[in-house]
Amino acid sequence: QEKLDMSTYPVESIRNFSIIAHVDHGKSTLADRLLEITGTISKTDRNKQVLDKLQVERERGITVKAQSASLFYNHEGINYLLNLIDTPGHVDFSYEVSRSLSACQGVILVVDANEGIQAQTVANFYLAFEAQLSIIPVINKIDLKNADPERVEKQIEKLFDIPTDECIRISAKQGTNVEKVLQKVIEKIPPPQCNTANPLKALVFDSTFDHYRGVVANVALFGGEIAKGNKIVSAHTKKRYEVSEVGILTPNEQPTHKLYAGQVGYLIAGMKEVTEAQIGDTLFLYKQPVEPLPGFKSAKPMVFAGMYPVDQTEYNNLKSALERLTLNDSSVTVHRDSSLALGAGWRLGFLGLLHMEVFNQRLEQEYNMSVILTAPTVPYKAVLSSAKLIKEYGKDEITIINPAQFPDKLSVSEYLEPTVLGTIVTPHEYIGKIIALCQDRRAVQKDMLYIDENRVMIKYLFPLNEIVLDFYDALKSLSSGYASFDYEDAGYQAADLIKMDILLNGNPVEELSTIIHNDKAHAAGKLLCERLKEAIPRQLFEIAIQAAIGKKIIARETLKAYRKNVVAKCYGGDITRKMKLLKRQAESKKLMRKIGNVEVPRDAFIRVLKRETDK
Amino acid sequence: WPYCRKRCSYCNFNTYVVPAVDEAAVRACLVREAHTLLHLSQVHSITSVFFGGGTPSLASPHTIAAVLEAVAGAAHLPASAEVTLEANPSSTDTSRLSSFRAAGVNRLSIGVQSLDDAELQLLGREHTALEARKAVEAARGLFPGRTSIDLMFGLPGQSRDTWAQGLEAALGLCDDHISLYQLTLERGTALAAQVRGGTLPLPPQELLADMYQTARNVLAAAGFRHYEVSNFARKGALSNHNLSYWRADQYIGVGPGAHGRFVPRGEGSCSREARVQTLEPVAWMREVQSQGHGTRSRVVLSPLEQLEELLTLGLRTDEGVTHECWGHFSPQLSLQAMFGVPGEARALQEQGWLLLDGSGLRCTWAGLAVLDSLLPDLLCQLQR
Repeated sequence: QEKLDMSTYPVESIRNFSIIAHVDHGKSTLADRLLEITGTISKTDRNKQVLDKLQVERERGITVKAQSASLFYNHEGINYLLNLIDTPGHVDFSYEVSRSLSACQGVILVVDANEGIQAQTVANFYLAFEAQLSIIPVINKIDLKNADPERVEKQIEKLFDIPTDECIRISAKQGTNVEKVLQKVIEKIPPPQCNTANPLKALVFDSTFDHYRGVVANVALFGGEIAKGNKIVSAHTKKRYEVSEVGILTPNEQPTHKLYAGQVGYLIAGMKEVTEAQIGDTLFLYKQPVEPLPGFKSAKPMVFAGMYPVDQTEYNNLKSALERLTLNDSSVTVHRDSSLALGAGWRLGFLGLLHMEVFNQRLEQEYNMSVILTAPTVPYKAVLSSAKLIKEYGKDEITIINPAQFPDKLSVSEYLEPTVLGTIVTPHEYIGKIIALCQDRRAVQKDMLYIDENRVMIKYLFPLNEIVLDFYDALKSLSSGYASFDYEDAGYQAADLIKMDILLNGNPVEELSTIIHNDKAHAAGKLLCERLKEAIPRQLFEIAIQAAIGKKIIARETLKAYRKNVVAKCYGGDITRKMKLLKRQAESKKLMRKIGNVEVPRDAFIRVLKRETDK
Repeated sequence: WPYCRKRCSYCNFNTYVVPAVDEAAVRACLVREAHTLLHLSQVHSITSVFFGGGTPSLASPHTIAAVLEAVAGAAHLPASAEVTLEANPSSTDTSRLSSFRAAGVNRLSIGVQSLDDAELQLLGREHTALEARKAVEAARGLFPGRTSIDLMFGLPGQSRDTWAQGLEAALGLCDDHISLYQLTLERGTALAAQVRGGTLPLPPQELLADMYQTARNVLAAAGFRHYEVSNFARKGALSNHNLSYWRADQYIGVGPGAHGRFVPRGEGSCSREARVQTLEPVAWMREVQSQGHGTRSRVVLSPLEQLEELLTLGLRTDEGVTHECWGHFSPQLSLQAMFGVPGEARALQEQGWLLLDGSGLRCTWAGLAVLDSLLPDLLCQLQR
């Protein structure tokens, strides 16, 4: 393949920008149109979400991995190099969004002409604003019947302080006014401020793993230049590599001779794992170290889930599927774990619920694996007061992921739970129900503001565990889908946490212990007992199913004993059928776990522990 | 006899409702198959014959006679052999019953099910309580001491009181044998669909258990021996034919959907087989006409499988599995060696559900009611 010469694009002719928006407002469609207009891809009906390469992205209509594309555009006689950096649109990936934005000098902020400003519009705007980027507001979907661009322009003015005449009204689907957007990008967004004469300073804003070529890192150059043969160093890992290929994305890989300051593209340098090219890392030339770019941080999981193979015979298959899937996703943390009920498995850490769901979907679609996902748990902390424990752990503050590790109240001076600051944007008729929902989730209101005559923005501080299961669904359901939600990490707060045990005829079922806030214990205990009652078969004696905190019983269900259990007819014609049934029962007896004298089938644990999905 | 005039709402048997039956053809096939299978089994002597179905009382006495003749022709059929016919009250007037007796029937089992007209309607039966009474009276006249009635409990809407009344009515009417069945809602039946759809209530488990215990007590007080889970007899009027099932004796099934357990010595085999005849009458007839019998499947039962069956069936009776019976199937390992050692059976004994003593292994009075909760454990122990 012929290599491109990138030296013909001086810094003044370069524009690095991103498109940011709330989910479904048309970010990816606009990207499709821009690619078409600039001739980067040919104009056909089949251009839909061109930059979304993953099947799961295309199905769910979301962008999961950031991609970039270099567009060439001639405007008033000058050849411009426009680097479009696509971003993940979801809150779980806000760190990725912020790193992508740091490679840009401006953004196109897309807002749906009917829906108007939503929670992520706000969140993404603030990210761009804090990064001091130029913002080009674009109102999309003006072709639709309910479009009301004037109303949205007023929202934008009120909330973001941007004059209404700066908004461009477009229809990305039909292509209306899209060329104007390109022109605005050239006019309003400044070129990058950097110098090829300076030493190399490259930001890694994404990386993918290719089985043949190794890690492909997406980079933005803040200074200097880079070419094949250069020896580079990672600021984070301090490891050294030799560059074997550089190029730009159009959006497919197109090798070039060099990449220059201000430009965006990719490089391949013999890295074997994506953890060697982490998002936010800085690359520089060997022997010419530079100040690393600010804002780098290691991925922090916000939501945990237990993942187990449906059957232990599938363990090795699942293990290799996980290894391969995490090759391309360095933000998933993986720890081996085991459950008495479900066997050997893992506890995975995700950036958020969407991240977890996408991961699970990819496991099914790309690796054909079906797994048991247990309800998500969050990383609680405890500040130890017992000298013995402090010595054992080597520190006085520990993170508790597994209920079995929960230290007793007497050894602890404080328990802590992770919190998030959530932003809800809703039509005002749902305020009452939403406030009630948030109060039910132990949230504390921090702010409430009308963004226009109809819409309100409310900020609440939530304990993370109150939203990880089904808060989003509950919110959508009681607002008929109109409310939107976004959240960010807000540190830890003190919490009245307890460990709740489940007992069968007085014997604890270790697999079902949970860490929970005292206020929620009774309701959770009752639910667990009810579910367990449905999942255990009746036996020859009564079974008391109890939820307990320490010695105190807080909920109870009773499973009565069988007084009659014998088939009515067993003559010649009935025998074969009866034998089959009995032998099946005998087989499953062998697999049962005995807790005291109570026999519990394996699938009882699955039924009780499984995450309820109503998708 | 696989034909009925209509299908009852709870029935999932292999029975067919057809506008017309070519009785001569069916008769010929029954005769032929009986002949073929008896020769195949090389059995010398027959202890009992049972005409089931369907509604056997719809067949003509001529057909019954022909089959009995075929049996007598292929093996020894002593006069003392028990010959039972199942009958519906709507096809049992005295003259018809006499013809059956003349043909060789010496025991009658009448499908009464209930003596309450509303319940009979619910069950989809084609007779009234009055007709049932008349039928039982007629039968008792012709087969004294050898008439049995079927009764059902646990019907939707039945209460403890209505059941108690039903039992009392039945006791006033019956002979010396009662078969008592808890209604089982089988998938695909009209009654099951009604319960599932919510138009009929399902009696709660507690009530069913109470009804069963009430029946056991009431019948015991009236002199009946509870000799099998669902069967009660006084004055020794037990059903020999059914006892053969539970003692794992040999039996030959003739006709569409009939089941059998025997050793086909005529082919040189020494292994007991589980056999089923083709279900659908037309297909069955074709096979009998071309090959002499319409056996759809035959599976050799391994020694373990035979023991599993013996255990499952034997424990249903008050006699249980005797040491002698067990010894036929397990000459090396006695009941004591198998179940007398520490293990599941010992635990169940200690809990009061089972007894192992000089006679054999059997359930206690309480254990019989929950036998299906005991069997999986025992099967595990047996398999080990």
